[in-house]
Amino acid sequence: MDNEKMIHAIERYERSWLLFALVMIVVFLIFIGYTLTGFAFYVPSAAERIDPTKVRAEGSLFANPRVEKTGDNVYTAYVLAQAFTFLPGEIRVPKGARVVFLVTSPDVQHGFYIRGTNVNVQVIPGEVGKVEHTFNEPGEYLVICNEYCGLGHQDMIGKVIVEDN
Amino acid sequence: MAVRTAPADNIYATHPEKKVALYFMVLGFIALSIGVIFGPFQIFNYAGIDLYPALEPLFKSYYQGLTLHGVLNAIVFTQLFIQGSLLYLQARDSNLRPQMPVAWAAWWIALIGLALAAWPLLTNDATVLYTFYPPLQGHWAFYVGAALIIVSSLVSVYLSVEMWVRWKRQNPGKPTPLVTFMITATWMMWGLAAMGLVVETVFFLIPWSLGLIKGVDPLIARSLFWWSGHPIVYFWLLPAYVSWYGLLPKQAGGKLVSDSLARMAFLGFLAFSTPVGFHHQFADPGISAFWKGVHTVLTMMVAVPSLMTAFTIAASLELAGRSKGGKGALGWIRKLPWNNPSVVAQLLGAIAFIFGGAGGIVNASFTLDYVVHNTTWIPGHFHLPVATASTLTFFGIAFWLIPHITHKPLAAPRTALAGVWWWFTGMMFMAFGMHMMGLQGVPRRAHISAMNAAHDGIYASSAFYMVFNAVAGVLLTVAATMLFYVLFATLLSRRRLTPDQVPEIPFAEAIAGPVDKDGNVKSGIKVMDRLFFWWGFAVVLVLIVYMPTLVQLFMHMVPAPGMRLW
Ligand code: HEM
Ligand SMILES: [Cu+2]
Ligand SMILES: [Cu+2]
Repeated sequence: MDNEKMIHAIERYERSWLLFALVMIVVFLIFIGYTLTGFAFYVPSAAERIDPTKVRAEGSLFANPRVEKTGDNVYTAYVLAQAFTFLPGEIRVPKGARVVFLVTSPDVQHGFYIRGTNVNVQVIPGEVGKVEHTFNEPGEYLVICNEYCGLGHQDMIGKVIVEDN
Repeated sequence: MAVRTAPADNIYATHPEKKVALYFMVLGFIALSIGVIFGPFQIFNYAGIDLYPALEPLFKSYYQGLTLHGVLNAIVFTQLFIQGSLLYLQARDSNLRPQMPVAWAAWWIALIGLALAAWPLLTNDATVLYTFYPPLQGHWAFYVGAALIIVSSLVSVYLSVEMWVRWKRQNPGKPTPLVTFMITATWMMWGLAAMGLVVETVFFLIPWSLGLIKGVDPLIARSLFWWSGHPIVYFWLLPAYVSWYGLLPKQAGGKLVSDSLARMAFLGFLAFSTPVGFHHQFADPGISAFWKGVHTVLTMMVAVPSLMTAFTIAASLELAGRSKGGKGALGWIRKLPWNNPSVVAQLLGAIAFIFGGAGGIVNASFTLDYVVHNTTWIPGHFHLPVATASTLTFFGIAFWLIPHITHKPLAAPRTALAGVWWWFTGMMFMAFGMHMMGLQGVPRRAHISAMNAAHDGIYASSAFYMVFNAVAGVLLTVAATMLFYVLFATLLSRRRLTPDQVPEIPFAEAIAGPVDKDGNVKSGIKVMDRLFFWWGFAVVLVLIVYMPTLVQLFMHMVPAPGMRLW
């Protein structure tokens, strides 16, 4: 029976295709797992939760947004993403610095994306987002808000300046 | 085309569900025709060309337009078209009449919801984008309207499941007809998926916008939104798959190669569409890397049924082409009916989906997502599955279904054919430009053509790709004009087909059907036919992957007060 033969042929192809699809997916998952361990990247995590209405208040971690040296070429940046600026607007660190960013928002959601790196965090009121990056290349990195936050959103842009010394 | 001027009313006499289906689809297309207007403005923005001053008296900002674009296209149009077309196809496939008063209730609820939501959108009082993330706070009417639109979709879930149960009762021991099976599985999937949005709007956003509660936890809102927000893309896609499996093979002059593979794919979607939402929250602090990883694995799983679909559809089309004398490895492609706008719309949609699927795997790849999250890569990506695969397929369905229901001939079929090609080409240009700009770090949802002078030139390195966006803007403006012309000219036409000219529903036959040689239902089909069991399985899976995180978040809520920053 011609029909019967054709069905069998199709089923053979079908099985190989499914096998190929499954193998491909497993390979992708292995790559994802591999890049999760090491690589120049860090899964944004929550340092703590914070009351967004009190973020700017005296005594809060973010009362005074700043960059602090916390070790041998290790820095912690306390960043406030607010409508429509980043504070501090400019973060200066030397070449090779490992910077821990703690970011939060006193108003609405923002993005904290450092162009040219894998730092890309959703800034959510109530969450202190934490990411790290080591800046091995000197230069100026743009910090871009990539979540809609209101009319001035497109102009919410800051800088990380990595100095060659 | 023949003309007949018999009164229109009697065409609904035998099948009253035709009328409600038509009302759903037409309301959807009206919403789309408004939402799409902003598309070219947005893509010109990403070509560095600011046309918003021209819209000024009517629309206050880029973001107001973008909210209308997202809500009307992605939430309203898709859902309404799906409610209408699936209701009708299931009714005819299973030869049953839906509960008509309930079906009309669903339409009215959707209409009232749409009117309520549209009002603050048009007055610039809910410029919160279609994701409406708190603490940005829109007018209460927007959230109530959105909730009603979702309620309407849940009524459609009921209508579909009720018809299926009725069919099973009347046909004990028989396998569910394929199209009915696919449609019921789609609605079951959405019934579970929609719960995130229901909880978000009913328990948080509505009381908050009315001032009954002071704040909403933005992370909880995001998590509930994406509970629904990923599967909603399958809710948009599966109706296209229903057409690709259930109708397209016949339209192309062939048969579906495997009935059981189609069912298996839909069960895969029923089970795995929902427990994957955290892949939209890889960048969110406050959700553990472990659960992000679990959702990554499940997201990859849900690629499998799409890969199965690619095989089955391609094989069915190849057989159709060969049966018409197509020879050689690729000769069958030329034999497909490339002069039929309905078929071409679906074929081009399916081709776009190949790229959309590949991009989706990139986005779902946890670590790669940090490279593209909230860059223009993302809208560049999802216009392939949603604005091309689903939207073109829906146009393709409308090209035969509207003549079928109204007995009016498709106006200007050649324009329809051209419009489909222009749309596809325009979307390809746009996808290329936007994907590449995204890799260069240009953010999405940003009015970059109207930035402060201080930031002049920061995206200048993307100038080359902006050219593609500009071309896309022109192509898509022409395409949209052609497609809407064809659609509305058909609807408003006074011409009528004679009964023998009215297109039939092109239900495809399967080469390997659900019954074996001896007339017994195949055992695999019997197992797959237990849709309630698979639905239950899906519920359990969703609870497992969501509850640990949600319970944790609910126990430590940090409410944020609302704000209006537009
Ligand atoms: C003429 C055709 C279209 C063009 C030129 C177009 C263009 C665009 C562009 C450039 C964006 C990105 C805007 C931004 O991120 O700032 C966008 C966003 C979007 N589009 Fe389209 N689009 C079209 C049709 C459609 C269709 C048919 C749908 C769905 C059925 C759709 C759904 C969306 C959605 C959901 C968004 C995201 C809105 C947001 O980020 O809030 N678009 N569109
Ligand atoms: Cu912003
Ligand atoms: Cu998704």
